[in-house]
Amino acid sequence: MSEKTFITVDGNEAAARIAHLCSEVIALFPISPSTPMGELCDAWSAAGKGNVWGDTPVVLQMQSEAGAAGAAHGALQAGALTTTFTASQGLLLMIPNMFKIAGELTPTVFHIAARALATHALSIFGDHSDVMSARSTGWAMLSSGGVQEAHDLALVSHAATLRARLPFMHFFDGFRTSHELNKIEALSPETVLSMLDPELVLAHRDRGLCPERPVLRGTAQNPDVFFQAREAANPWYLELPGIVQKTMDELAGKTGRQYKLFDYVGAPDAERVIVMMGSGAGAAEEAIAKQNDAGEKVGLVKVRLFRPFSNVDLLAAVPKTAKKIGVLDRCKEPGSAGEPLYQDILTAFAEAHAEGTIDAMPRIVGGRYGLSSKEFTPAMTAGIYAELGRDAPKNHFTMGIVDDVTHTSIEYDKSFTTESDKVVRAVFYGLGSDGTVGASKSSVKIINGTTDLYAQGYFVYDSRKAGAVTVSHLRFGPETINSSYLIGEASFVACHAFGFTQRMDVLGEAAKGATFLLNTPFAADEVWDELPQEMQQQIIEKELKVYCINAYAIARQVGLGHRINMVMQTCFFSLAGVIPKDQAITAIKGMIKKTYGKLGEKIVNKNINAVDEALANLHAVKIPGKSTSEKRRIPPVPDHAEDFVKRVTGMIIDGKGDMLPVSALPPDGTFPVATTRYERRGIAQQVPIWDSSLCIQCSKCSIACPHAAIRAKIFDPEKLGADAGNGRPETFETLSWKGNDFKGMEMRIQVAPDDCTGCGICVDVCPARSKEEVKHKAINMSPRLDHLDVERANWDYFIDQPDLDRRLIKPGQVRTAQMFEPMFEFSSACAGCGETPYLKLVTQLFGDRMVVANATGCSSIYGGNLPTTPWSKGQHGRGPAWANSLFEDNAEFGLGMRLALDQQESQARRLLGKMAPKVGEALAKAILECKQLDEADIYEQRQRVTELRKRLEGDESDDAKALKVVAEDLVRQSVWIIGGDGWAYDIGFGGLDHALASGRDVNILVLDTEVYSNTGGQSSKSTPRSAIAKFAAKGKRTGKKDMGMIAMSYGNVYVGQVAMGGNDTHTLKTLIEAESWRGPSLILAYSHCVAHGIDMGKGMQHQKEAVDTAYWPLYRYDPRLAAAGNAPFRLDSKRRTPSVHDYLLKEARFAMLARSRPDDAEELFGALQQDIDARWHLYEQMSALAPIEQTEAEESD
Amino acid sequence: MSNVDLKTKWLGLELKSPIVLGSSPLSLRREAVRQLDELGAAAVVMPSLYEEELEHDETEIQHLLEFATESTGEATEFMPELEDYHIGTRDYLENLKGIKDIVSIPVIGSICATSASGWREYAKQMESAGADAIELNSFFVPTDPKLTSADVEARYVDTVADVAKSVKIPISVKLGPYLSAPANLARRLVDAGASGLTLFNRFEQPDIDLEELHIIQDHHLSGPEDIGHTLRWIGILRGQHPEISLAATSGIHFADCVVKMLLAGADVAMMTGAVIRNGPGHLAMVLEGVRAWLEEHEDDSVEQVKGSMCQTKCEEPVEYERAHHLKPLIHYTHEA
Repeated sequence: MSEKTFITVDGNEAAARIAHLCSEVIALFPISPSTPMGELCDAWSAAGKGNVWGDTPVVLQMQSEAGAAGAAHGALQAGALTTTFTASQGLLLMIPNMFKIAGELTPTVFHIAARALATHALSIFGDHSDVMSARSTGWAMLSSGGVQEAHDLALVSHAATLRARLPFMHFFDGFRTSHELNKIEALSPETVLSMLDPELVLAHRDRGLCPERPVLRGTAQNPDVFFQAREAANPWYLELPGIVQKTMDELAGKTGRQYKLFDYVGAPDAERVIVMMGSGAGAAEEAIAKQNDAGEKVGLVKVRLFRPFSNVDLLAAVPKTAKKIGVLDRCKEPGSAGEPLYQDILTAFAEAHAEGTIDAMPRIVGGRYGLSSKEFTPAMTAGIYAELGRDAPKNHFTMGIVDDVTHTSIEYDKSFTTESDKVVRAVFYGLGSDGTVGASKSSVKIINGTTDLYAQGYFVYDSRKAGAVTVSHLRFGPETINSSYLIGEASFVACHAFGFTQRMDVLGEAAKGATFLLNTPFAADEVWDELPQEMQQQIIEKELKVYCINAYAIARQVGLGHRINMVMQTCFFSLAGVIPKDQAITAIKGMIKKTYGKLGEKIVNKNINAVDEALANLHAVKIPGKSTSEKRRIPPVPDHAEDFVKRVTGMIIDGKGDMLPVSALPPDGTFPVATTRYERRGIAQQVPIWDSSLCIQCSKCSIACPHAAIRAKIFDPEKLGADAGNGRPETFETLSWKGNDFKGMEMRIQVAPDDCTGCGICVDVCPARSKEEVKHKAINMSPRLDHLDVERANWDYFIDQPDLDRRLIKPGQVRTAQMFEPMFEFSSACAGCGETPYLKLVTQLFGDRMVVANATGCSSIYGGNLPTTPWSKGQHGRGPAWANSLFEDNAEFGLGMRLALDQQESQARRLLGKMAPKVGEALAKAILECKQLDEADIYEQRQRVTELRKRLEGDESDDAKALKVVAEDLVRQSVWIIGGDGWAYDIGFGGLDHALASGRDVNILVLDTEVYSNTGGQSSKSTPRSAIAKFAAKGKRTGKKDMGMIAMSYGNVYVGQVAMGGNDTHTLKTLIEAESWRGPSLILAYSHCVAHGIDMGKGMQHQKEAVDTAYWPLYRYDPRLAAAGNAPFRLDSKRRTPSVHDYLLKEARFAMLARSRPDDAEELFGALQQDIDARWHLYEQMSALAPIEQTEAEESD
Repeated sequence: MSNVDLKTKWLGLELKSPIVLGSSPLSLRREAVRQLDELGAAAVVMPSLYEEELEHDETEIQHLLEFATESTGEATEFMPELEDYHIGTRDYLENLKGIKDIVSIPVIGSICATSASGWREYAKQMESAGADAIELNSFFVPTDPKLTSADVEARYVDTVADVAKSVKIPISVKLGPYLSAPANLARRLVDAGASGLTLFNRFEQPDIDLEELHIIQDHHLSGPEDIGHTLRWIGILRGQHPEISLAATSGIHFADCVVKMLLAGADVAMMTGAVIRNGPGHLAMVLEGVRAWLEEHEDDSVEQVKGSMCQTKCEEPVEYERAHHLKPLIHYTHEA
């Protein structure tokens, strides 16, 4: 055995390292949580890193997982060693090719970060639903339970697939393993190479398609031979388990780590045995050790090879003494006789018993656990053993939840713990991007890299993009750490954001006597009084040692801005005693040099200064004997919230969602809307404050606000009340409306101080400046806390005031259109998001009659990720009805909605015609003939439908009953198909194209960030030439697809390209025109994004420059113009700046190419300029087209 | 063939002509610099290495790489890590070496630092990279009301002393035109170790966009009308310091500008804007003009005329001092 090399990696990297070494072609598509595997391989190949044969694997990002599987299939057929990475829906999209690949006896390995499938809801978290759904494909399935295993069994898979000629799914638990950082022993390239038989590599190559030895593969077969041919592959499946075991044995010979197809741990004479796969085994093993130490006889079978399932090896692994077997599946198969692993185990024992191989049939029960990364702990394991100890253990049970509906759950003793005193357990609460997770990862690497200790890190992220909370769970100990569950008894807790203390229970995991480190602006002798009563009580009761530091002050002082990672990391090592303080400080400084050395000496010095300053400014807090605070922790939702929000949403917001029983949750995934308004997260440091003396009532602040947190409203002064008599706050100032349209009315611009994210876009777009002080505008950012009480009262009053009658509002003007109530508010999108202003505007215009199909991506996450949703409803109670299906099918999903609504409208019209004599001919005629062209029409139609329903009351005829249900479809419903460019340009393009070609009245809104935003900035076909993105780290070499031109080619599609920051009125008019077109519409909306590397508060300025440079021309293509004999294409923007160069250098996605590869940048920027010039030239020509002269013959047609 | 000797000596360097390519991005364009060498340029001054810019770049890239990271599980980062960010002085030094490799003339490094260690370390690195001399681009805008003129001057002098101790190559200090006591400061800079002075720096100037109401930067190149202030102080300082090297810069566009500076006492004149505007051939034309003027005036060499009209050698020394537009002050009698 060679010298051991230890590395600190997560499960994704552990597997990806092997995959890259063993592959020649890697075709992939990003999907959480497997994305990092592909990104790492791309980075390695981009850096010229080779596989074990010295060749650099080619890495190609495809348009979908279906595409990745297809490309992989092709590469395999042409003889290349090929791999890919995926999860969840991605794996489902690969299944058709997987059947083919297996059917053709093709060696390959797909590495899967196993994840839940979208059912009643999407979940990015881990379970085995995806791999179990692919179990019938004929692939071998090898399961890894931890980071080391993900490394080792990745190699076993790559070696065994060549030997067995069958493809392998190598899978490990998404997030719990894929994202867990741990110390593992690395396999050297030499070891990897030694496991790959060169003859078998050549054999694979020889089977590849080649004109020199032509063959036909992929025939169509008839009933006469198909069946036999299917059975002809049996020998390979029969041999595979033996091959895998032999490969495992070979690996053991090289590394000392022995794996079995079914690994047994526990008492040799165990009576109760659990069988499971994946990371949960880590928790189970700890429980087993403790229980057996206590004299019990329990054991665990860890299933490694799930397919082909080897009954013989299973039976050999289970002790003969086993009387009760509990089989745990990390998935749910509704309606089945049992979950897959349970059924296989049961079948194996039943067959053996029937055949006489075993004397007695043990009692076998199945249970479900851990769906969507639900915690699975040693205590739960002990609970299952306890259940197995009963005479009649519950079958088809669930563990880890409370099922009060069908009563499947079993209880367990939550106080059971296996945490060792030898292990330091630390929990860190941080804000997203404040460096907490980075520092935690660094701490794990420092310990693993510089000591003999072992460290493990696991990170719980937020689904909110703005104001995200991260929780890092770190363990440090003298032995390998396989604890695959969150820390419950922390010896060290750090809170990196003082605001958390007011809202969250950050000390819930603190063990008695633990150390609590708090980042606070308050001094050590002041901070106690600033803590809420609940926290003070916990500190006293748990006898915590409390330390504080003003990390933000230190970070600012040393020039690190808000990055407090070095300060807090230093304090942790100083207090936690994992290693001697001096050794830790030396190691931190060494890590700083390693991490930041590439970025320059000054950055290194700043971080080193932060370490030194942290040590000098860390103070102990004196704890009084009793709680003295009058402050209470802020409740998650206000008292006035509706019942469901208080019972369910509030619990989830409070981090107590795990405690909700089954009965609390909607069984079909249907949730109430308008719930973000209850969160009032208060994440902004500064909020915009209105200066009415300067306001010109343009409402640009309101239209640009990504969070609907600054709004305009017009009031009737008589209803408003002139003074505070009707509850109007004295500070509720209004301004007389400047214009004849609402003469005599008052208006106000109002901030929602608890919902604003502080992005500053509103101030940036405000055109009204003080004559005396130019930087002072009609709205100005100001410290939130200075205005909180006043603006909170103003907001509450503002929002309660009635909105203007929609019929009175001119929708085509920004200043008045902003008086429409938004029905998309306070989303958790990134502060300053470029997508959400469009969504908000669409809801203002059409929200009260809008149905939304939303593609998976950023917009489905900030739009539909629990606990709350920004999709809202107006004062009238109407609002957008929203649904998300998948990533790839959204256009089809929305088109289906349109078909249904059209069909229902058609039914309603038919029924109404039929019932006209009963309900009144005049009313029926008015309803049937109403064009519904504007708000007034819509209003009148609603009134008529209400009247119709009234007239149908009491009529129990079938027609009347049916008409009552579908009558609402007589009011024009507006279908919106919404998603990002990853969906529209790539994975969903085929469906989108079909929706456009359908001729149906759908409105497709593409929120074009020119990159996959939700999964972290991967290149899409919308990414422009020269932009840096993941999978285009050297700048994208190909140009952006002109989606608008493709749509225009149909002739009957309304197409608009908009950029709100370029021209907000144009955006408004385009949306109105698109919606009014009774055919398909496509709106391409430029959306700035954090992935562009820009100051998000200046996002609208970037949009303006994009338009002015013709990088993003504004245009409209309206088929109605063509029908009227006019040129349908209008180029609506001017090219004010001929060169795009200066604009590019303001966005890091381009500027970094100029910095990193200046020569390439010069060439690619030039090519991009040519793209822009060519497109502009074409658009100019199109806009100059003469009106179409219709011939007499055409007219007569 | 003309017999006029155009050679001059500056910062202890023997130069083939009195025209130096001044500090600007043009000095990074190797082909242009090589051509200018062939056309008679005496030396080339690299663009300044700005410590502020280096620090800004390092900080910005760190911010960028950490921007929006580690917030959500689906996207723990957005920007791919790139192989090289071209941070620090490496690119500058490689450029300096690259220019050195292709020209026969001296190459002068230029530094504009914000910290003592910056001045010192960058000077050392440039010396190691082969710079023949260092120009200290010393001017800064002293906005701090607590900072006195003495403090400002002390900073200049201390910087020169510190750098002079760190390197063996000659140092020229490029001064800004806004000084309380240039003559005194010049003396102190020389005492601190400067071998020469470059008069004067030309700055970015603020402007106001009257439509957008933003402060913007004005990027005008100098014109020949800008030489007066430089001419004044070259003439004055040459009279006071016959031993130090003086370089004239700003507004040197034509041969007559060069000649005027030489007569006032400059060892070299630096051209930048005119070459950027008109191309390398312009420098050759100017040099030819200088040669023609010398020939026409039957002068043998540049060295012969250098300083011949400095304040102590000209007939109207008071004109160097005149700052205000007065009616001609005529001396009716000769004072004994």
